[in-house]
Amino acid sequence: MSSDQHPPRLDIDRILSDPGVRIVVCCGSGGVGKTTTAAALALRAAEQHGRRTVVLTIDPARRLAQSLGLTELDNTPRPVKGVGEGTDGSLHAMMLDMKRTFDEVVLAHTDPAKAAEIFANPFYQAMSSTFSGTQEYMAMEKLGHLHAQGEWDLIVVDTPPSRSALDFLDAPARLGRFLDGRMLRLLLAPARAGGRSVFGLVTASFGVFSRVVQKVLGAQLLTDLSGFVAALDSMFGGFRQRAEQTFQILQAPETAFLVVATPEKDAIREAAYFARRLGEERMPLAGLVVNRVHGTQVPQLSAEASLAAAAAFADAGEQAPTADALRIHAALAALADRERAVTAGFAAEFPEVATVSVTAQPADVHDIDGLRMIGSAISQP
Amino acid sequence: MTRSAPTGRRADLWPARLHVVTGKGGTGKTTVAAALALALAAGGRRTLLVEVEGRQGVAQLFGTPPLPYEERRITAAAGGGEVRVLAIDAEEALLEYLEMFYRLGAAGRALRRLGAIDFATTIAPGLRDVLLTGKVKEATTRTSGGHRVYDAVVVDAPPTGRIGRFLNVTAETAKLAKVGPIKTQSDGVQALLRSPMTAVHVVTLLEEMPVQETVDAIDELNRLRIPVGHVIVNEAQTPLVAAGKVSQAELRRGLTAAGLPTDKATVTGLFAEVKNHLTRQELEDSLRGDLVELGRPVLELPLLSAGVDREGLDVLAAALLAAPTP
Repeated sequence: MSSDQHPPRLDIDRILSDPGVRIVVCCGSGGVGKTTTAAALALRAAEQHGRRTVVLTIDPARRLAQSLGLTELDNTPRPVKGVGEGTDGSLHAMMLDMKRTFDEVVLAHTDPAKAAEIFANPFYQAMSSTFSGTQEYMAMEKLGHLHAQGEWDLIVVDTPPSRSALDFLDAPARLGRFLDGRMLRLLLAPARAGGRSVFGLVTASFGVFSRVVQKVLGAQLLTDLSGFVAALDSMFGGFRQRAEQTFQILQAPETAFLVVATPEKDAIREAAYFARRLGEERMPLAGLVVNRVHGTQVPQLSAEASLAAAAAFADAGEQAPTADALRIHAALAALADRERAVTAGFAAEFPEVATVSVTAQPADVHDIDGLRMIGSAISQP
Repeated sequence: MTRSAPTGRRADLWPARLHVVTGKGGTGKTTVAAALALALAAGGRRTLLVEVEGRQGVAQLFGTPPLPYEERRITAAAGGGEVRVLAIDAEEALLEYLEMFYRLGAAGRALRRLGAIDFATTIAPGLRDVLLTGKVKEATTRTSGGHRVYDAVVVDAPPTGRIGRFLNVTAETAKLAKVGPIKTQSDGVQALLRSPMTAVHVVTLLEEMPVQETVDAIDELNRLRIPVGHVIVNEAQTPLVAAGKVSQAELRRGLTAAGLPTDKATVTGLFAEVKNHLTRQELEDSLRGDLVELGRPVLELPLLSAGVDREGLDVLAAALLAAPTP
């Protein structure tokens, strides 16, 4: 591939200012700066484009959370101070609390007595805070909820740090299926209905399995589970239905997915998985944000010439500060080259995906000014 | 019998038999785990590298097709050792477990088709972790003909955010099973994880978030009384500025002496690059200080400029063995 083949430039401001775009989802592998990117985009949408914006973050760094006014885990959108004054825009921020979100879902769909019964169930307590996929599912629930409220022009979502980027898309369906409970009913059928099973499928091996599960997990768990299922019975359809609705919203043109990566092999590979998967799911991929990209400010000076000159100083026995500077420059130039090569791999596979690079900051960002800077860096490549 | 130098160093530096490698996502856990498995296999030993998250990171690292649930040799180590790798699948582990205790056989496979196994590993919070750590324990303690099958087992474990929950299987099973084989199994795993046979190593980068997560994870592990091994700083860069601060005038003089361009753009550009570098270096030094305060041995692995390939893993493995004993 020739080096002058550039992917189209990702125009972030066009996305953030488009009234037709109501959801921006930032996804990508862990450690690539999703949370900071989501916060910076939301801030920019509020300040530069006058939009009533809410950012749903999963687990911000402590100092970033503080700068967003989220000093403790908080499940309701809070206004971010000092943002949007004198404009139509505003910024609210919230941090996902999956246990509380689950509680809210339960409260919204059942009467107080039943809700209390569910909350007291040990199985519910374990599941609402530790079930694999609960966080992803609850992020979707919260997104669906914020969307339905209609109070926001734009919702920016930071996705959970899944073991793989694809979990965010798979987990809701998985949990939805579980809560829909076909297998659950099958498992509990003998216990509940004394053989009066509605499924013709209860095979001999299933009987064995059910006994083994009883033995392995203990009868207590099945009793808890049974109570949980009975209490939740009326909500089963709701879970799957809402998961499907949110999935459809994510496929709609009002949603823009941004894949976030760093110019490193693993992150770019994960970004490629995600781009492929979004394509398969017909979800609108708006572009790729490559964070923490290094570049040299002296492109005219090659790494080789710099190192040769630095070596000459050393040979001459000189402790020249310039030699240090040249070595720093050479390392930076070499790093920039490597990063370009890694990113080019993505561009070769997805030539149509618009891309923007964000220059690495010497120190981490955790205040509103820092987020403003990131926002303008993303918008002016 | 005299011990060769590397073996002696290895025993001093890596006394545990079960090495659990965690760290924030993106810090290079899988790479470090693989390098550690190579290091501990050097000189004719045999290690097992275990993957528990179904990410197939090891396969990607070694450029092989996805790994099945079986222990297979993936590479040779320096001096004749070998590294085997096992990608544990929780469903397969449950089937194996059912087979072992209940002789379920074909019925088990039928259940799998029904989706029942997947169901069982997802409904019971913690069951998955009990099965995964149970398998790790089995491999760590397995013997054949009176000898340990593996000299060391290295686990590419879940990230810092989930490591406490992953390793503290007792707490999870206590919610589930008060008696029975699962309870017995998790008690056995707990005994191993809280013994000197185990060390949990935390991988970090010299960046704020990973260091913060390292601090939090070690705090959590201490509270759980699970032994912490090394703090491993991955992708560490050697400081490039020895001569201290540099002025633009100084740079111009130096560039002239070297016969390089001295135009304003070059001088201010270089100056800015040095300033950024110093800012970064200052931050890194302060983060190093935070890590040292944790009171665990800290060792640094170099940034591999060519990226991590098979040769790169050898470089890292050598660095893991050569690190000075604190």
